[in-house]
Amino acid sequence: MRTDDLIKALDADASSKAIPLLSAWWLAAGAGAVIAAVVFLLTIGPRPDFMAAAHTMRFLSKFVFTIVLAVSAFALIRALSTPGASTGRAMAWMAAAPVLVAVAVLLELFMVPEALWGTRMVGSNMMLCMGFIPLIGIGPLAIFLWMLRYGAPTRPVLAGAVAGLLAGGLAATFYAAHCFDDSPLFVATWYTTAIAALALLGALGGRFFIRW
Amino acid sequence: MSGKDEAELSRLMRAAIAGDERAYADFLHRIAALVRGFARRKIVQGGVDPEDVVQETLLAIHVKRHTWRQDAPVLPWIYAIARFKVIDAFRRRGRRIEIDVDDIAETFAEPETETVSERDINRALDSLSPAQRSVVSAVSVEGRSIGETAAKFGISETAVRVSLHRGLAAIAKRFGQGRFGRE
Repeated sequence: MRTDDLIKALDADASSKAIPLLSAWWLAAGAGAVIAAVVFLLTIGPRPDFMAAAHTMRFLSKFVFTIVLAVSAFALIRALSTPGASTGRAMAWMAAAPVLVAVAVLLELFMVPEALWGTRMVGSNMMLCMGFIPLIGIGPLAIFLWMLRYGAPTRPVLAGAVAGLLAGGLAATFYAAHCFDDSPLFVATWYTTAIAALALLGALGGRFFIRW
Repeated sequence: MSGKDEAELSRLMRAAIAGDERAYADFLHRIAALVRGFARRKIVQGGVDPEDVVQETLLAIHVKRHTWRQDAPVLPWIYAIARFKVIDAFRRRGRRIEIDVDDIAETFAEPETETVSERDINRALDSLSPAQRSVVSAVSVEGRSIGETAAKFGISETAVRVSLHRGLAAIAKRFGQGRFGRE
């Protein structure tokens, strides 16, 4: 088939429509949040003293970290799934959540006596954290990987990893409402590990599942 | 490649997305020439036929046109897809190639030349279901309109459009997976 003939076929198919990618990403984010919320509420749900905890800085800081991660990953993944879009600024914003966590860790180290560092870091339910963040995030991750297939990521492995970070940020936001360990030392260790597992899974998905 | 090209191509693409087939044909012919110039400059070693990469890129541009933001420049989007397809063509043959982003500034449009080699797209076409294959062939190689194709096979125009759309999507998917019917 000559290229001119191919163009005839493409032209005849000009009227076929698809949802613009950037709009579709909003739908995907909404669907991911709903799935995460449903899994969260059907399994562990928020902690009983949620309203009281909401007055403490440590508890609230967890949401700042996870929401900043989710928002920055959302901006980056939209750029990564669009060919030729500049990603530099969105990439730089990805540093925001880790920097906030690092600052919080330093403050915690100043405020808490050294003898307590270990207890704060190990916390009371790290296995729950390591289990439920991936469990809540796996559904959204599947949706985001599917969206990357709908898009056209020229760096599929990186895009897949960012899909994992987005799913992780989302899942951790819900999980944080259940978790009793509010110390930044705990968050920096276990939340990070659980979210990294989702990012790794996303990168693998990007490597083997995203072809276009 | 100039600012004038960019403005004109963006205008054509917007018109095409709004449903203007003539604008789309014009757009596709122009970018085919640009991508051909790009592919021929990048592919100097043997083993990869630049025209195959041109056709793969055009198909990818077609099935991924919803990824273009209408207020963004269209040329960076086109070249990002073309670059991805050139790299992919080399990767499939176990080679690596580095492509400098700035190189696209020196690309010139080039016309298609006849070749004797069989195209990857023919093998991909052979892998379609008989109904899709005959519709895609009628519209492309035989140059029939949607209406003429519908009359030829005694089916509705909607059925022709559906088969054409699915057939093209299947070929694009096959290319994306690096399957060309040789396995």
